[in-house]
Amino acid sequence: MAVIKDRQVVSDNWRLLKSPAETSSITDGADVVVPAEFWSLHSESLLARSGKSGVWLDSHHDPATIAGDLPRLDLVAINFPQFTDGRGYSIARLLRERYGWRGELRAIGDVLRDQIFYLSRCGFNSFQLRDGEDAQSAVSALDDFSEGYQTSVERPQPLFRRRVDGSTLNS
Amino acid sequence: MYLYDQIDQQLVDERVRQFRGQTERFLAGQLSEDDFRPLRLQNGLYIQRYAPMLRLAVPYGLLASRQLRAFAYIARKWDRGYGHFSTRQNMQFNWPRVQDVPDILAYLAEHQMHAIQTSGNCIRNTTTDHFAGIAPDEIVDPLVWCEIIRQWSTFHPEFAYLPRKFKIAVSGSAQDRAATQVHDIGLQATRDANGAIGFRVLAGGGLGRTPMLGVVMRDFLPWQDLLGYLDAILRVYNRYGRRDNKFRARIKILVKELTPDVFRDRVEEEWTHLQGGSATLTTEEVQRIERRFTRPAYAKCDSVSSAYVLALARDKAFASWVGRNVHAHKMQGYSAVTLSLKRTGVPPGDVTADQMDAIADLADAYSFGELRVTHEQNLILADVRQADLYELWKKAKALGLATPNIGLLTNIIACPGGDFCSLANAKSLPVAAAIQRRFDDLDYVHDIGELDLNISGCMNSCGHHHIGHIGILGVDKQGAEYYQISIGGAQGNDAALGKVLGPSVSQAEVPDVIERLIEFYLGQREQDEERFIDVVRRVGIAPFKEYVYGSHQGPASRQRQLAAA
Repeated sequence: MAVIKDRQVVSDNWRLLKSPAETSSITDGADVVVPAEFWSLHSESLLARSGKSGVWLDSHHDPATIAGDLPRLDLVAINFPQFTDGRGYSIARLLRERYGWRGELRAIGDVLRDQIFYLSRCGFNSFQLRDGEDAQSAVSALDDFSEGYQTSVERPQPLFRRRVDGSTLNS
Repeated sequence: MYLYDQIDQQLVDERVRQFRGQTERFLAGQLSEDDFRPLRLQNGLYIQRYAPMLRLAVPYGLLASRQLRAFAYIARKWDRGYGHFSTRQNMQFNWPRVQDVPDILAYLAEHQMHAIQTSGNCIRNTTTDHFAGIAPDEIVDPLVWCEIIRQWSTFHPEFAYLPRKFKIAVSGSAQDRAATQVHDIGLQATRDANGAIGFRVLAGGGLGRTPMLGVVMRDFLPWQDLLGYLDAILRVYNRYGRRDNKFRARIKILVKELTPDVFRDRVEEEWTHLQGGSATLTTEEVQRIERRFTRPAYAKCDSVSSAYVLALARDKAFASWVGRNVHAHKMQGYSAVTLSLKRTGVPPGDVTADQMDAIADLADAYSFGELRVTHEQNLILADVRQADLYELWKKAKALGLATPNIGLLTNIIACPGGDFCSLANAKSLPVAAAIQRRFDDLDYVHDIGELDLNISGCMNSCGHHHIGHIGILGVDKQGAEYYQISIGGAQGNDAALGKVLGPSVSQAEVPDVIERLIEFYLGQREQDEERFIDVVRRVGIAPFKEYVYGSHQGPASRQRQLAAA
């Protein structure tokens, strides 16, 4: 399927398994993203396969629950049940800034081009858009703004620490 | 005024471009109404009862004369020749066309203005004391802190889709004139035992259908930690605030449901991770922001102008205006002046394009080209020489802006209500007008003394009825518009929420009820200085209720009985 990854539209082989029922079809070689509950019960057998393993969190999940497993994962996804549910933005920052996740962080669910700029600032580097959305035209939204005032995953130093007019710290 | 630097300008320009694209996609049918809604709201655009409404930001209420002229231009070109100052110190236009909004925003950007985050479930315009920077009792200049918060909150990537709107107020003085206790976060500048500057931090205050005063999160937060601590509070709210019911989604409900202690513990836990991080503010940054504010070049003045004293003695009307509408200033020989937008017969906060231009001229002539918008929906010229007051008064009077009613009953705060707003249960403006007409005798209004009367057309409380000494709330009673009256509310350091007086009444009865309340108060007060609110606090609500409603029946019917007897 087509996703935006590191600012490119690519097609990849990750299979997103939305419910535990779908997990019965997992094959040895498939790259699968499983629900967090399923992962907590079956991580050993998933990792014993030759395919890659990823986990998706829903917006009410606490990322602390998978923090210890991050070194064993190839992908973490965060679901947006509606794009107006902003909890995933905080979850992403926690995964990146507190739990040290450096791998692929994917936004899934109700993901639209008009939100991906903020999502990327919070640490998402891949986006599986809502069905029917055009990934190619959405990429440009990553450049909607050239700067941001705050600390963010993309730019950990806030603007006031990065100014070059000599009036701020050099940190 | 804060002057944009190149990056501030670039971000606002980029926002206009982004919203132009979004609007075009919406109008072309490529973006659904549901997907467009949060985007347009975060650019100030509502779809209202009769037409769209566009809310333009006046960050912390500070406005340059050239910016007010820009509003006048917008009013004439894209609206119907007038605008409305809201209780959030913003400007609202009620008749723009959706397709014109990107052009309006582009025009605003040319004047270092925008409509960013004036609506939607995000961090809104930060408000403050309308005497910021000039008040004699100031610990810090809150304008600088509001601008720091404005930059932090503008396009904050983590907090653009909160459970509900989020409002922050800053007070720089010991006396709270920013209603910090009824905001999602209230910040009160303070000093610790060593004289270091910081903020007392409140959270969970708010009006609406569950009015609450904020609870103390920190008695003293060092200023360096401000932004990181705000991040911690917002993150806890973003993660745990309710999203299942929009009426239970404000932070005050989370604070209440978790209990203040548990909420505070969660914030402090989050803070342990953020403390000392890159968001820690530096002296250099605070000074950089400070330097970007233009400051009035005050003249050295005599402590008392003789012409002014003479005018006060000669002209009673002028003296009465000075008594109500002129306020203390930290600079010798200067005063702050409120231009009243509360003339009888004009909806509170409404101002025509011609008035805007005229007010901008007054600001240029008498107050260094700057104005402030107050949450009481008036305008302030903050830096007027005492020697100029008489001349200014005459000009303001000719423009209908010198009603000497600041702090008095007819200085009514009111939301636009059912005449404009699709949320409202009932109209506000005709009620305000009826009360102003009933109390049109200025001498009588002065005799009544200080009294805040606030009107909201619905539970969303945009008219701040909970903190009015008298509050009026529009309610829907089986499809009919009724009004619930409360008394005993207050803003400021002794903030309190009003209590409902009794059964709601019809629109026609409201002025009667207010009149009865005033009659009873005047009979009860022990000296002229005892305000309405003081009497309510001394005698309680019950005797007022008894006087207005009688034990078993309304006053009107009892009077009829007496007349018949």
